[in-house]
Amino acid sequence: MFSAQWRLCSLNSTAKFLTINSSKILGLPTSAKMSLKITNAKRIEGLDSNVWIEFTKLAADPSVVNLGQGLPDISPPIYVKEKLSKIAAIDSLNQYTRGFGHPSLVKALACLYEKFYQNQINPNKEILVTVGAYGSLFNAIQGLIDEGDEVIIIMPFYDCYEPMVRMAGATPVFIPLRSKPVSGKKWSSSDWTLDPQELASKFNSKTKAIILNTPHNPIGKVYTKEELQVIADLCIKYDTLCISDEVYEWLVYTGNKHLKIATFPGMWERTITIGSAGKTFSVTGWKLGWSVGPHHLIKHLQTVQQNTIYTCATPLQEALAQALWIDIKRMDDPECYFNSLPKELEVKRDRMIHLLENLGLKPIVPDGGYFIIADVSLLDADLSGMKDSNEPYDYKFVKWMTKNKKLSAIPVSAFCNTETKLQFEKFVRFCFIKKDSTLDAAEEIIKAWTGQKS
Amino acid sequence: MAKRLQARRLDGIDHNPWVEFGKMASEYDVVNLGQGFPDFPPPDFAIQAFQLALNSDFMLNQYTKAFGYPPLTKILASFFGKLLGQEIDPLKNVLVTVGAYGALFTAFQALVDEGDEVIIVEPFFDCYEPMTLMAGGCPVFVTLKPSPTQDGKLDSASNWQLDPTELASKFTSRTKALILNTPNNPVGKVFSKAELELVASLCQQHDVICISDEVYQWLVYDGHQHISIASLPGMWERTLTIGSAGKSFSATGWKVGWALGPDSLMKHLRTVHQNTIYHCPTQGQAAVAQSFQHEQLHFGQPSSYFVQLPQAVQRYRDHMIRSLQSVGLRPVVPQGSYFLIADISDFKTQMPDLPGDADEPYDRRFVKWMIRNKGLAAIPVSVFYSTPHRKQFDHYVRFCFVKDESTLQAMDEKLQKWKDELRP
Repeated sequence: MFSAQWRLCSLNSTAKFLTINSSKILGLPTSAKMSLKITNAKRIEGLDSNVWIEFTKLAADPSVVNLGQGLPDISPPIYVKEKLSKIAAIDSLNQYTRGFGHPSLVKALACLYEKFYQNQINPNKEILVTVGAYGSLFNAIQGLIDEGDEVIIIMPFYDCYEPMVRMAGATPVFIPLRSKPVSGKKWSSSDWTLDPQELASKFNSKTKAIILNTPHNPIGKVYTKEELQVIADLCIKYDTLCISDEVYEWLVYTGNKHLKIATFPGMWERTITIGSAGKTFSVTGWKLGWSVGPHHLIKHLQTVQQNTIYTCATPLQEALAQALWIDIKRMDDPECYFNSLPKELEVKRDRMIHLLENLGLKPIVPDGGYFIIADVSLLDADLSGMKDSNEPYDYKFVKWMTKNKKLSAIPVSAFCNTETKLQFEKFVRFCFIKKDSTLDAAEEIIKAWTGQKS
Repeated sequence: MAKRLQARRLDGIDHNPWVEFGKMASEYDVVNLGQGFPDFPPPDFAIQAFQLALNSDFMLNQYTKAFGYPPLTKILASFFGKLLGQEIDPLKNVLVTVGAYGALFTAFQALVDEGDEVIIVEPFFDCYEPMTLMAGGCPVFVTLKPSPTQDGKLDSASNWQLDPTELASKFTSRTKALILNTPNNPVGKVFSKAELELVASLCQQHDVICISDEVYQWLVYDGHQHISIASLPGMWERTLTIGSAGKSFSATGWKVGWALGPDSLMKHLRTVHQNTIYHCPTQGQAAVAQSFQHEQLHFGQPSSYFVQLPQAVQRYRDHMIRSLQSVGLRPVVPQGSYFLIADISDFKTQMPDLPGDADEPYDRRFVKWMIRNKGLAAIPVSVFYSTPHRKQFDHYVRFCFVKDESTLQAMDEKLQKWKDELRP
């Protein structure tokens, strides 16, 4: 445990004889020596590029209709805004709160999630509040994944999973969702599945965890009971952890039900379930998320927390707690945001599907989440003018579409690892958690585009 | 699960003194002078700035730019550019983080590698050591040592100094970074220009990065001046300067901090940031941007919060110094920060056997005793020392004086009762 690290340290301290003037001895100017040492730590090697930085810049042009980043331009529910606006005046909320989560918030989260789990949830030991679900993913991976571990990632994947796993010194092992051929029926996210044998072949004694994302970004798949059982069985067989990213848990559409793998037999003790205030209440800028799980796992995420950011912002946590209580009390009410938002979004989903079909695309109807992916190669767009022929097709397409059609989206190969980008390079992801006027503008563009085609 | 669960990077860093002492302080009827947060509100203009952020554009409820809300990075660049005498680009030289704590973590993860040495000046804000370890680095400690004071005179934080030869001996070819904290927590020392020049010259000689934690930069007293080491010749290119909105605007719960530095270093912090939390909350950043606008307008004038705050806090400091002496605690006068440390050697002599674990340092046992019996909570200073040195520096206790008059009155009542209980 300690020994390897300390041994290395003590070796170094005995080697400290004479380095003070080494640069003078070697005749090196100090500026030359500076560039030798101001190097980054190895853990971030190769992790510097980021699809969002590139594409949000591109979409920042106000004349572009932005269906790229998962950023709602609809207003959060009024009571959420009201709670927050009252909070600023409360003095104590301007100072530090409890590091692992503001007391009223962890209580509200425990109360909410107890409705789904068989066991009671201890707000102090089994919940951790983090900087967005992103922060929970980071804490889970840093806390539980070691150098040399393997982590199974299902492709396409929310793009941070791979760099976070690599930053922990572990090896990502990829498995793609594959689509069955479809005939006479709309292509649906449920048509994309994992091959159970292929999945089983990815597990071995070095597999520390599998990252599950349901509802799935970008495809919108909502894993069924049977599919989750296959994963659960393998986790139990190989004594593997499950990191379950469920940020879109409330966004499931008619005919579908979100299931928590942590509620399956044998799974509570090996699962970290991650949620997001941003996605729950359409307040992505609040950057509050949470991890729920057994204390023997959560305590390690808590250790990471106390050595990284220590505590999250107080006022937002209090506002979130109050907003949660409002909806916890009316879970069966259609007015409850957990029910009203998916209803609202289903209409937008269907509208977007319709628009993309009009354009001649075959969009994959998502069962959940707020994204739709579609194969854009059918448009046979002339991308010859686009520079950088090494980029995957969808990267070039999105840049071309942003520039020429003033419509932006995200290339799905950004959600693939380097080796398999080609598998998804014809697909582009559109976000539909947008206000009507944004969708109207998108419709205008698509009508004009369709008109130009015929 | 049969497998070992936690990653090795967590070894030795799971314990946290704040949890323990915070819990005790909440269980007893105490005046809490332990953890460093103000118990008075932020200034009106800051509260209004937050309210504005919450009530104006509803799109502030959504993601902003990953590396910082543009109006905030812009004003931080212009505000600190002037102070550091440096052209600061909001996109290349500024990163907004979740508190200064987040900036520190990001810096360590970006730049400290397995086997790298990091020089830490003791006593140190307790997270520096675990952050170094979590990055696989080796902490190398160098101690601020007080010179003996004249009888009857109070010790001063400026009296606590680094021995130049000792400091120089800590630099090796494996030294990657030195972490400096000025004004210093817990001693309250404000490093002088000469002291900073010594550190600077060694950093340059050995090609070492300086991580400068300057969260208390406005909290300086008695006419002392805070100097940013990044403003010294040859230092901008190798320094990360870390600041805190929480400490600047008495709003620790907002958790907005920043790192400033050359692009050659900042680009690595950005890589870590985009792979850890990616964005910071938007509205807090908007409130801080607005608050800095206010300060920029009033800079250097009597109406500036950065002028008014240290003036008020200095009075609280002086009040506490007077009061603590009445029971035989011997405060060390700080030149800056939220804190002072008080020498408890006399208590160690008079009551050496306070309840506690076998090898628990005296100051920890003293603080627990003080919480249980005297209704005052503070922090034992040995938590700010490396493990091997804790027994040596077990005779100081840290008090936070950034507290309302009413809190200080309550403190006085507890101290009066304590004094009455002392043997004549």
